[in-house]
Order: sequence, then C-alpha cells, then structure tokens
Amino acid sequence: MPRLVTWALALTLLIGFVSSITAADVGLDRVHFLIPAGPGGGWDGTARGVGLALDQTQLVSNVTYENAAGGGGGRAIAKLIETADRQQNTLLISSTPIIVRALQGVFPQSFRDLTPIAAMIADYSCFAVRADSEIQNFSDLAKRYKADARSIVVAGGSVRGNTDHFVLAKALQLAGADPKKLVYLAYDGGGKAAAGLLSGETHVLSTGLSEALQMHQAGLLRIIAVTAPAPMPHLPDLPLLNTQGIDLVFANWRGFFAAKGLGDAQYARMRHTLHTVSETAAFEDIRLRNGWAENYIEGDAFYDFLTQQEEQIRSLMQSIGYLQ
Amino acid sequence: MIDGLLLGLSTALTFSNLLFVAAGCLIGMLIGMLPGLGPISAIALMIPISYNLEPASGMILLAGVYYGAIFGGSTSAILINAPGVAGTVATAFDGYPMARNGHAGKALAVAAYASFFGGTIAVLLLMISAPALADLSLAFQSPEYTLMMLLGLSLVASFSEPGQYLKAVMMTAIGLCLSTVGTDLASGIPRFTFGRMDLIDGLSFLMIAMATFALTEALMMLRAGQATQTVIPIIPSQALRLESREIRSIAPVISRSAVSGFLIGVLPGAGATIASFIAYGFEKIMAKAPIPPFGKGNLKGLAAPESANNAACTGSFVPLLTLGIPGSGTTAILLGALLAYGIQPGPRLYLDEPTVFWSIVVSMYIGNLILLFLNLPMIPIFAKLLNIPRAILAPLIIFFSLTGVYLVSFNLFDLYLMVTFALIAVWLRSRTFPMAPLLLGFILGDMLEDNLRRSLIISDGNLSYLLDRPISLLLVTLIVLALTAPLARKVIRGSLNARS
Repeated sequence: MPRLVTWALALTLLIGFVSSITAADVGLDRVHFLIPAGPGGGWDGTARGVGLALDQTQLVSNVTYENAAGGGGGRAIAKLIETADRQQNTLLISSTPIIVRALQGVFPQSFRDLTPIAAMIADYSCFAVRADSEIQNFSDLAKRYKADARSIVVAGGSVRGNTDHFVLAKALQLAGADPKKLVYLAYDGGGKAAAGLLSGETHVLSTGLSEALQMHQAGLLRIIAVTAPAPMPHLPDLPLLNTQGIDLVFANWRGFFAAKGLGDAQYARMRHTLHTVSETAAFEDIRLRNGWAENYIEGDAFYDFLTQQEEQIRSLMQSIGYLQ
Repeated sequence: MIDGLLLGLSTALTFSNLLFVAAGCLIGMLIGMLPGLGPISAIALMIPISYNLEPASGMILLAGVYYGAIFGGSTSAILINAPGVAGTVATAFDGYPMARNGHAGKALAVAAYASFFGGTIAVLLLMISAPALADLSLAFQSPEYTLMMLLGLSLVASFSEPGQYLKAVMMTAIGLCLSTVGTDLASGIPRFTFGRMDLIDGLSFLMIAMATFALTEALMMLRAGQATQTVIPIIPSQALRLESREIRSIAPVISRSAVSGFLIGVLPGAGATIASFIAYGFEKIMAKAPIPPFGKGNLKGLAAPESANNAACTGSFVPLLTLGIPGSGTTAILLGALLAYGIQPGPRLYLDEPTVFWSIVVSMYIGNLILLFLNLPMIPIFAKLLNIPRAILAPLIIFFSLTGVYLVSFNLFDLYLMVTFALIAVWLRSRTFPMAPLLLGFILGDMLEDNLRRSLIISDGNLSYLLDRPISLLLVTLIVLALTAPLARKVIRGSLNARS
C-alpha cells in the first residue's frame, strides 16, 4: 500500500514536471481565477468554463480557482485591489452587477479601479408570459399596463431595483407608460421566478434569456421580447424588443479583470490568452452548451463598453426612482 | 412504464455506469461528511469531469454525488453535532444525543436505513407519478408558502423541552431577527449591515449552524472539564442490527416521513430543510409518552427527518425534470448540467429522452443501495471516533468547524462572528436556552419574509389574501393542530390523572 502511494506521488510529480516545461510563453503560464461568489453560480460557471477550455486546449497548464464570496461581489474586488502586487496572474470574473452595485454605492470601488481585460460572453434579458396568456407581444403588454398598471404583476429573479426590474421598467417607459407603477415581485433566482409565473401568481417574467430559453422551447412559456441588438444566429425566431418599436438593447456581459498596475507585458499576455481561447472550438462548445451569446470585447473597446453601460444603467435606474 | 424501466435498467446496469454511480456516491459521501462542504460544492467540483461523459453517464455520476453528499451530511450531524447542510439540522436533534449515550453506531445505522428506505420510497413515487406531479409543484403560490413556513415555526413547541416553551419562543425570535441581516430582496436595501461589506449578503447558515451547534458543543465539553470525563461506552457488535421491536416502531415513521418529505420536496419553494422539520415536529406531537423523550436520543426522532430529507431531495427532481425549474442551488447546477448536454427538461423529457430520464430514475435505486452498503461497514470505524478522549476530540471539532466555515467563504470576518456567536451560545446554553429554535427561526425567516412580502405586494397589503385559496385551509388546520396539540394533551392527561 505505501508503495502504491509512492508510485502515485512520483507519477503526479512527473506529470507536473512534463506539463510545466511544455507551457507556451507568448501567453500566460498560469492563471488564478478569483470568483466573487460561492461555487455553482453564473460567475463560478463562467470562470470554470473558461478554465476548462484553457486546460483542454493546453493554452495554460496551471489553472487555479478561488471562491471569495461576500459583499455582493465587492469583497473579491477589494481583495484584488489591496493585494494587487501579489496578483499578477489573477483574473477576476465579473459581470453587469459590478456596475449596478457601484452605482448603488454597495461598494466604493468600480471597474475603474481594476484593469479590464475582456468581456467573454453575454446573456440578454427577456420578457416571457405563460403559454396560454392572451399577451402576444410587447405592445399588448404595454397596452394592458397603461390601462391598469396593477393588473400586470411581474416576477423577476433579482433583487428589486436590479437588472430584471429596471430593464422591463425602462421598456415600459419607452412605450409611454409610468415605470414607477410597476408591481415587481423579487424571487430568489430565475428558477423560482419562473415557478411564480407558471403557478399563475404573476403575469410576466423578466429574467435572463439563458434561464427562460429551455422553458420556451419546451412550450411551458412564451418569450415575447429579447433585448438583443439583432437576431441571434442560433435562435433566429425569437422576437426582439427593438423590432417592436422599443429602442432598448441590454446585454448582461461576463468578463475578466486584472489588478491595477499590471506591467505592459503581462497585460499583453492576458489579452493574448483570453483572445486565443475565445476562438477555440473547446470554448465555443462550452459557450453553446451553456446557452451564452457570443460577446468578445477586449482592451480599450471593453473599457468604452463599460463606460457606456454605466451611463445606460444610470438612466435605467433613474427611470424607476432608484437613483437620483 | 415497464418498457421505460427496462430501458433504464439496461442503461444503468452497464459496468461503466455502475462504476459511475458507485464513484459518485463515494465521492459525494466523503465530501458531504466534511462539515461545510455540501452537495452544491461537491457537484460543482464534478461538473468539468462530467462534460467528457455521455449524457446518461454524466447525469448518473452527478446524481450519485448529490445523494451521496446528502447521505454523508448526516454523519457529522450525528457524531459531532455539526450539521453542515440545513437538511440535516433536525437529524442532530436526536442523533447527537444517541451518540453521546454510547449508541453512535446504532444512530448511524438508523440514519442509513431511514435514508435508504426514505429515498427508495420516494423514487417509487417519482417513477409512478412524476408527470402528474408537475401540476402539484405549481400548486403553491406565495401565500401558501408563507403559511407553510408558519407551520414550520409553529412546530417550535416540539423543539423545546417541557416547561421551556417561553425560552424556545425567544430563541426563535432571535433567529428570525438574525435572518433579516443583509440585502432585503423585496426592496434592494441593505439592513443591519452597519456599513460593513461582509454583511451585505447576510449571515451564512453554515456559520450560524457551526457556531451554535458544533463549536458551542466543543466549548461546553471543555468547560465541563475533567470532572465529567467519562469514556463513552461503545456497543459495537449489535450496533448495526435493530431489534424487531425497534423496526416495528420506526417503519411507519419512515414511510410517513418519506411520503410527506417527497411531497414537500416537489414544491420548488420548499425543500429538504422544511420537510425534515415538519416530519420531526409531527412525529413528536403524535408520539405518546416516548422513551427516551424526543431530543434525548429517540429513534423515531432520528428516523423521521432522515427519511424526509432524502425523500425531499428525490422529490426536487420532479420540477427539475418535468418543468426545468430548480428548487434549490443544487438542482440549479444539475439543470445547468442537463442543458449542457443539450437535454431539454420539460413535460416531454421522458418521451423525448427516455434513456436519460429512466436511467436517472434507475440509478437512484442503485445509488441508494450502494450508499447503504458503502456506509454500513464504515459505521463501526466512524463510531470509534467518539472513543477519542475529550481533550483531543474537542479541539478537533473546533478545528473542523472553523476550517469548514472558512473554506466556504475565505473570510476571516465570518470566523470572528462565529466565535462571538459561539461564546454567546455557550452562555445561553448554560442558562438552558435551547439552540435548535434559533436555527429554525434563522432558516425559515428568509423564506417566510420573502413569501409574505410578495403576498402583500400582490394583495396591496391585504392579509386576508393569505387565506384565499383552498390549500390554505389545510395548512391553517395543521398550524392550529401543531399549536394546540401539546396543550390539549396536557389537559387530557390532567383530567385523566384527576379521575384516577
């Protein structure tokens, strides 16, 4: 038995040695993913998905993960800022809530205190009704809402004043209605919000497309609008919000950030690594499996995108009175 | 159905798939035993591995990890009073006292049998009725969930010692207060966070459970010191065998709890925790002068929650497979895995993907069986753990409970809070305040508040909305029953005594 253990150890060390000498040096040789939430959520799934692709394509041999939950994601950001000099290989996964929570003042930092590397994927928002609902499209919904706002009860998977709430509120405002009258019920996650729609408790579901899509395809509910800019290649039949006369596009992106004060060479290596992996078949496979839309934006374009989205969200939150 | 079952058998019984069930169960059980790591972490760790497998094999592996972790979770609850998942809190109520009385082996064995039969009965129910139960899982709306949480809270009487009712109510209230810390779902506003980022997500269940149960227990052990240093007697050989009298007394309990646990598990807004509390509470109310009393190591008090929580986990597959609705964090990850295989959960799943549907069902039978046989030989080894002298055991418990909490959040703040809570809990326990009601209030508080707030938003503040639908009547009847049963029994017993 001890002999077996010794052999196993020796073998492991040997594999470690071989894989470390074969690692490429244009990209990173190791990546440490900092995940601001516990295992099992969207951030965790995305970081581990990208990590898996890096590993499968042998772009990076040494991939490690660290879950640092707390503070609505703010604790991981604070950690990355405070220990920046020790975090040269660290990539923090984040998404739209980093902007929402910074605007709300949940945490004092924003994306400007980090080095944005690239957005990897996006999940668009969507509105859905029960399959037997009389509401056929977004203008039906807006008409009923304008006639009697209390007759429309909305289920959402995020906290009041957050994405699922303000995207629908803004869409109704653009249709000429008063968004502050919206009766919004917050559920603990998109799954329970969908149960709230199907049980007949609510009339409309506002959630991420990836959470509602399979129920739409199974015929349990009907998606009446998606906030994508153009029809998605793999889902050409889904009705878009902006073709129904409402000029609103909203993407819940997920992407990676590094610490501030990264050297130019290391910054280039990180961009190169993420860029390369985003084009691999392994990543494509993982992206499609999870129902994530393609949304690779890197470098300065990513920074500009973040600035624009910050302005957009500010106006969305103002429309429901959640920001002055 | 017979065709489906045969198809499932032929898929699940291949050598490699049997290996996946066994591997999944073993890994899940070992991870589940560590206080802190529950089914969510176990499954999240296995997801990348499952990507490379066939859909049926992958789901069999992940489902194995799931019930393995649930199975393993009861071990730490029984042995060191450290319920790492909310579903095993009620297991510790009678399981830990049994272990303290020297019946650790028997407690673990009863837990294993109850889990096995609870799980198996639930799989039978799932197989017969899954498509039909899809409607049931949507029958509850926020008002019904509100009443169900109230039912859970009204059982607090059964978690308190006779004569300690007021103390139990006070502890429940403290638990409810603690559950309000953090961002309020219905308004998006942080409450009682004192401007601290660490409190925005609220207090974690694991931290509170480890602080008030495991850590408090270890500190009480040290406080008792040498004076009460007694080696706990171990009764090894008979441990795994139950007397026929014992089997007769727990068999109906296991069956009842399995059915109620399964039905509660089917509801996406309820789950294993409330299922185990309700099963425990009702067994206690219904039992006539039990010896030993509930809370002191009663076999029924251990069998009921164990059977119910396993059955509820199986029940949670109903909304997952038939509607694609996850009722918990764990089933949400499983849903992600199903979608990753390109499998569409929904009412047509068992028609469109019969191989996957039936092999998951069959693998549940096999998994339950494998877990029973994996677990039984290990019980004497685990039971010996309690033979370790207290001077070593107590620090070990302290070590595992602290690292368990730290490994989930990696936040030192949680540890400071945990130690503070544990010190307060030691003081309260020495004044005979019970800790179980606090945990009950803390766990149910969130769900009670969210559902009540939603009901009130829909009805524009009208409380009678809670009673509008027929299911409410049943729930209210049960609440009245739970609240009056102890009193009624006292009155009846009083009049009997007066007569004699």
